Amino acid sequence: MYNLIGAGLIVIGAGFGLGQIGGKAMEGIARQPEAAGKIQTAMIIVAALLEGLAFGALILGK
Amino acid sequence: METLLNDFSPGLFAVQTVLLLLLIFLMVKFAWKPIISSLTEREEGIQGALDAAEKARREMANLQADNQKLLQEARLERETMIKEARELKTKMIAEAEAEAQVQANKMIIQAQAAIESEKKAAMAELKSQVAGLSLEIAEKVVRNELSNKDKQLELVESMLGEATLN
Amino acid sequence: MRVFQQSFKFLALTVLVFLSTTVYAQSSHHEDGGQIDTREEVDAYIAHHLQDSHDFTFFSYTNDEGERKHAGFPLPMILWSSEGLVTFMSSEFHHNDDGHVIVEKNGLKFAKIHSKIYELEAGATAVNFDAEHHATNGARVLDFSITKSVVGILVIGLLMFFWFVRLAKQYKTKTIPTGFGRVLEPLVLYVRDEIARPNIGEKHYRKFTGYLLTVFFFIWLLNMVGLTPLGFNVTGQIAVTACLAIFTLIIYAVSGNKDFWMHILWMPGVPILIRPILAVIELVGTFIIKPFSLLVRLFANITAGHTVIMALIAIMFVMKDTLGVAGATGLSFILSVLIMFIEVLVAFLQAYIFTMLSALFIGMAVAEHDHEHDHKIVDTEDVRSDFV
Repeated sequence: MYNLIGAGLIVIGAGFGLGQIGGKAMEGIARQPEAAGKIQTAMIIVAALLEGLAFGALILGK
Repeated sequence: METLLNDFSPGLFAVQTVLLLLLIFLMVKFAWKPIISSLTEREEGIQGALDAAEKARREMANLQADNQKLLQEARLERETMIKEARELKTKMIAEAEAEAQVQANKMIIQAQAAIESEKKAAMAELKSQVAGLSLEIAEKVVRNELSNKDKQLELVESMLGEATLN
Repeated sequence: MRVFQQSFKFLALTVLVFLSTTVYAQSSHHEDGGQIDTREEVDAYIAHHLQDSHDFTFFSYTNDEGERKHAGFPLPMILWSSEGLVTFMSSEFHHNDDGHVIVEKNGLKFAKIHSKIYELEAGATAVNFDAEHHATNGARVLDFSITKSVVGILVIGLLMFFWFVRLAKQYKTKTIPTGFGRVLEPLVLYVRDEIARPNIGEKHYRKFTGYLLTVFFFIWLLNMVGLTPLGFNVTGQIAVTACLAIFTLIIYAVSGNKDFWMHILWMPGVPILIRPILAVIELVGTFIIKPFSLLVRLFANITAGHTVIMALIAIMFVMKDTLGVAGATGLSFILSVLIMFIEVLVAFLQAYIFTMLSALFIGMAVAEHDHEHDHKIVDTEDVRSDFV
């Protein structure tokens, strides 16, 4: 039960973080479309790091 | 975490390690090395060809520029030559005119001098001839006159009269 | 499950031709699985699928006599027991996975419970577990069996080897590959130019390209195979992802230069007192957190993907009563197709991210810090021209 609540919290946090990453990346691309490739790469890396964190927490709590 | 560790199979880990090592070794030796080297070779070939094309293009442009320059120079030269020739012509004409003028003046002066001297000579000759003629006439008249004694006297008389009158 | 099995049949037959191995039907005496209808059965089935399997089963069915039949092949079991190496075929377990069938070899008794092999103590007839789910009268043996995952690894390894050696041979006669090589070449170039070169740096990337290419195609192909109805779940095995992560760890630890170690152990540019604390943090980060995040990310993504797809397929049976057969099947079909598209993307993305992060970590280890902490004033025009 408690780890389910914890998992929910993790997902809320991760979702918020992913939203920030994606949103800011979109803003960046809109501002400088010619840098889209670089922004996308950086976005994917950061998203992957966040994802690793979230999964790590989920698995540790399981 | 508990389930995770429980699901971890050391045997599979060992087998995977061996297989992955083998796979990496085989792939690097038989696949990636030849592939990457031929890709690099191809890229270098393409780059070389592009560079050569660029060089040829630049040389072509240079050549064209050279041609243009040569043409320009030739045109300029022609123009200067024509200009020079024109100048020469006018100059020659002017010179010829001037010389002719000088020559003509000189000839006129010479002619005048010659005429003057001829005139003088002619006058001198005329004078001397007139004098001679006069003398001859005078001699003849005198001889004629003096052949008769009366006449001679008469003449002396008249002459003397004249001289007194003077 | 019937509809699902029908589709299995066709794919299984195709694969059979490919593998040119004979399928034999085998009857099991114990009821495992059978009809799957309830939520608990679905959960158990998914949990079973996520684990490694000692048999290669394409599909199972119940025949007219009520016997459970499995079409597939048995795989060799190679166990390191207390008496040394023991080998036999997995068919001796008769597809049992809950410890009811005890195999006796060399005077030792083995039981298979949830794909884990237990060696029973003398005199014991079944594995007993205590409250923490630890076996009280048996021990897990080291299991070097050719499991389904190992078969997957072997098949994909051979496939990769075959494809890329053929591509390599093509370059001997022509500059531009033909046929399937035309598909592979841009992928190789992509890994080299988009992953290895920018992350490791122009100077060192050549040395590591081979490893990165191997890992990229290995993970991608195994992820893709996991999406087929063959039922592979290789990159969802924590042992496999751990192995991959540890390979990356070893590579960047071994190729790390002086700067890399100095930045870990004795961080320059910070007060002396903070340096040991930073060293601890850096050591944990470099040798535990980085590989752990690598292995967990891949494992969790693939596990989550498989779970979601199977759960969506299970809507067909679980919601049959509330939505009707057509409704449940339609809903299940639409949702699973949609999630399948996402999973195909994830299969690539995870391979890309694993390779990319490996390259990044290697790049951090081999990077040369020529600036020596004199804060160079960056020319803003240079930075701008980098972007434009």
